[in-house]
Amino acid sequence: MTGMTHVLDPGALSDDARALAAPTPPYDDVTRSDSAFRAFLHGLPGVDQVGAEARVAQLGTRSIKTTSKAWAIDTAISMVDLTTLEGADTPGKVRSLAAKARRPDPSDPTTPQVAAVCVYGDLAGVARDALGDSGIHVAAVATAFPSGRASRAVKIADVQDAVANGADEIDMVIDRGAFLSGRYLDVYEEIVAVKEACGDAHLKVILETGELVTLDNVRRASWIAMLAGGDFIKTSTGKVSPAATLPVGLVMLEAVRDFRAATGRQVGFKPAGGIRTTKDAIKHLVLINETVGPDWLDPDWFRFGASSLLNDLLLQRQKLRTGHYSGPDYVTVD
Amino acid sequence: MTSSTRAPFEYAPAPESRSIVTIAPSYGLFVDGEFVDGSGEPLKTVNPATEEVLTEVATGTSADVDRAVRAARKAFEKTWGPMRPADRGKYLFRIARLLQERAREFAVLESLDNGKPIRESRDVDVPLAAAHFFYHAGWADKLEHAGLGPDPRPLGVAGQVIPWNFPLLMLAWKVAPALATGNTVVLKPAETTPLTALLFAEVCRQADLPPGVVNIVTGAGETGRAVVEHEDVDKVAFTGSTEVGRSIARAVAGTQKKLTLELGGKAANIVFDDAPIDQAVEGIVQGIFFNQGHVCCAGSRLLVQESIHDEVIASLQRRIGTLRVGDPLDKNTDIGAINSAEQLARIRELSDIGEAEGAQRWQPACELPERGYWFPPTVFTDVSPAHRIARDEVFGPVLSVLTFRTPDEAVAKANNTTYGLSAGIWSEKGSRILKIADQLRAGVVWANTFNKFDPTSPFGGYKQSGYGREGGRHGLAAYLESTR
Repeated sequence: MTGMTHVLDPGALSDDARALAAPTPPYDDVTRSDSAFRAFLHGLPGVDQVGAEARVAQLGTRSIKTTSKAWAIDTAISMVDLTTLEGADTPGKVRSLAAKARRPDPSDPTTPQVAAVCVYGDLAGVARDALGDSGIHVAAVATAFPSGRASRAVKIADVQDAVANGADEIDMVIDRGAFLSGRYLDVYEEIVAVKEACGDAHLKVILETGELVTLDNVRRASWIAMLAGGDFIKTSTGKVSPAATLPVGLVMLEAVRDFRAATGRQVGFKPAGGIRTTKDAIKHLVLINETVGPDWLDPDWFRFGASSLLNDLLLQRQKLRTGHYSGPDYVTVD
Repeated sequence: MTSSTRAPFEYAPAPESRSIVTIAPSYGLFVDGEFVDGSGEPLKTVNPATEEVLTEVATGTSADVDRAVRAARKAFEKTWGPMRPADRGKYLFRIARLLQERAREFAVLESLDNGKPIRESRDVDVPLAAAHFFYHAGWADKLEHAGLGPDPRPLGVAGQVIPWNFPLLMLAWKVAPALATGNTVVLKPAETTPLTALLFAEVCRQADLPPGVVNIVTGAGETGRAVVEHEDVDKVAFTGSTEVGRSIARAVAGTQKKLTLELGGKAANIVFDDAPIDQAVEGIVQGIFFNQGHVCCAGSRLLVQESIHDEVIASLQRRIGTLRVGDPLDKNTDIGAINSAEQLARIRELSDIGEAEGAQRWQPACELPERGYWFPPTVFTDVSPAHRIARDEVFGPVLSVLTFRTPDEAVAKANNTTYGLSAGIWSEKGSRILKIADQLRAGVVWANTFNKFDPTSPFGGYKQSGYGREGGRHGLAAYLESTR
């Protein structure tokens, strides 16, 4: 018996005819009051942690080899938000990162560019200049990243500053304190305000799932961010552990899937933090492929927030090309 | 609405290598520690995914069975019975380790002979089979603590007949407790799936198990009948269809033989409106499409609360569309082949009856391989409790969906079956789970999961699903004479 196995129905995940029948936009009134919003969010179906873990473990056994692996590696590279978020960041460091973003593997010009460079807002201008007309996006973290502990005025100013410096993507953090104390409407209103401050810039909403802890919370926070107009929902800042775990990814992907089915609006997903190896990246691609389907397998709808991941992807890419492993000296330090 | 123009993420073929296992051109019976010829006309066993003949296997006649039972009796009296229990445990530990060491070999052979996906044989069948031997190895020298009296005694020779759906695992469920309790065994594997049992015979030799302790006699129904009806057999254990189980019960009636039967099922998988829907959908898929639905405890009746019926069915259909069908040896396959032409015919027949009786058949529009025995995952909606697909065991990838309005109605419908092997409950409300579980007449009730097995947990049925328990402390009782 030879040949590929195939999915029973390649259109299963894109077929909106089969999606839930709900009016568009059906959620106009859920934010009319604290209690209405709370009732809505707590009315979302629960998540069984054990079941979610079992599902991702099963998907983790998918065997992605040869041509699929080559496809997955290139796709993953094109989805990387190459990130540096250190107190020690300098213009020089950002320029070096931008050069790497444009040409990740100097030894192989066929290597795709990454999707974006992600920096603090004050360095967004440096990144913008260094990336020129490459088409690579400049993402800036804002809203008192990573803790989000500042007044709303300060957060808005932070966003405006980053946008003015040339960021076309803003990665904001939600107010986890407000979320955990049950003030969901505060969280929502802040995202709405930040979205407004973004102007044309895309907004990624960081839930910091490592602080929300339960998968039920992850689902609720995902819905808050989507309802408030976030263009992407993102797992983590990378400063809190655990960051982007697969069960969290599963729940967030289910959320974007259900949200599109209900409202017609597609929201992107960005796991960030803790994804360091090609194996991890491929597991995420499989998770997307089998949870939300090919509509999300695109840098417009899916990103990896990572720094060290890129080098492992490059090493694996070289391995596929040459048949042997090179070593850390064959990829550039960031 | 966005529709992607990107290339889909195709998974390149990832077949597990067949070369790890060597299939001989023919196999004999395993009697008294030796491979010997059978006296009957040999059987061919085929790969159900391709219809390729894998090999020829001997058919044991009643004379062959008699030789096997005599070997087992001798081993019971001379070696295995008198052996120190701790030493019996050592043999079982050794077998368990050998199963682990040769796990890939067993997994590949199981998938070749049975048609099940390698992911399942590798991740479920073989590890669980080894776990059963490990678990029972631990019991071998602790039987006086099993709650069966101070000095429970083995019964003698166990005649065991097992089905084709989990060939190695059902062997482990039968052989491990029998040996741990000091009995010896004559086992008849299913006629369509004898190969892993014969590989297990090789493992018995590798483990230096004394001759005659385990005897394996291949063949079809007549061979099984000879095992069950042999007058020197003390204990009969059967897993298979209710129809055959009934005839075995008749054959054993009036004899001294002890009997355990593990028969069919028509399990209800009950989904309440407060269930974790995404995980429930996974559980429904796992419940009915695991092992192509060739599972006696399969969740073949989905009872879903009416208020969430449409949502659950839409999610379920979407999820079914993502299952991968094809070569059972491919590591990415979710759905393999139906085990035999005969079983395929039965699944087709019952599905056609379902449609004729007015239920709505849904199947994903899909291509199936041209050769081999294949049936697509199938969901019937608008099923009434009076339909045959709601009552008869299909033993295939066919789900019947019924609805309920209240918990009482769910319980009434779940229990309205002649079977009672298993059931599932999906709800985020713990108190509801406990209450409903109490009211279900089923041997195993899963809560927010389905088709999970563990050697420490007893397994067995109510009503026409059989009697006796396998696994756990309860399972030991089936192979021991209590001295209480």
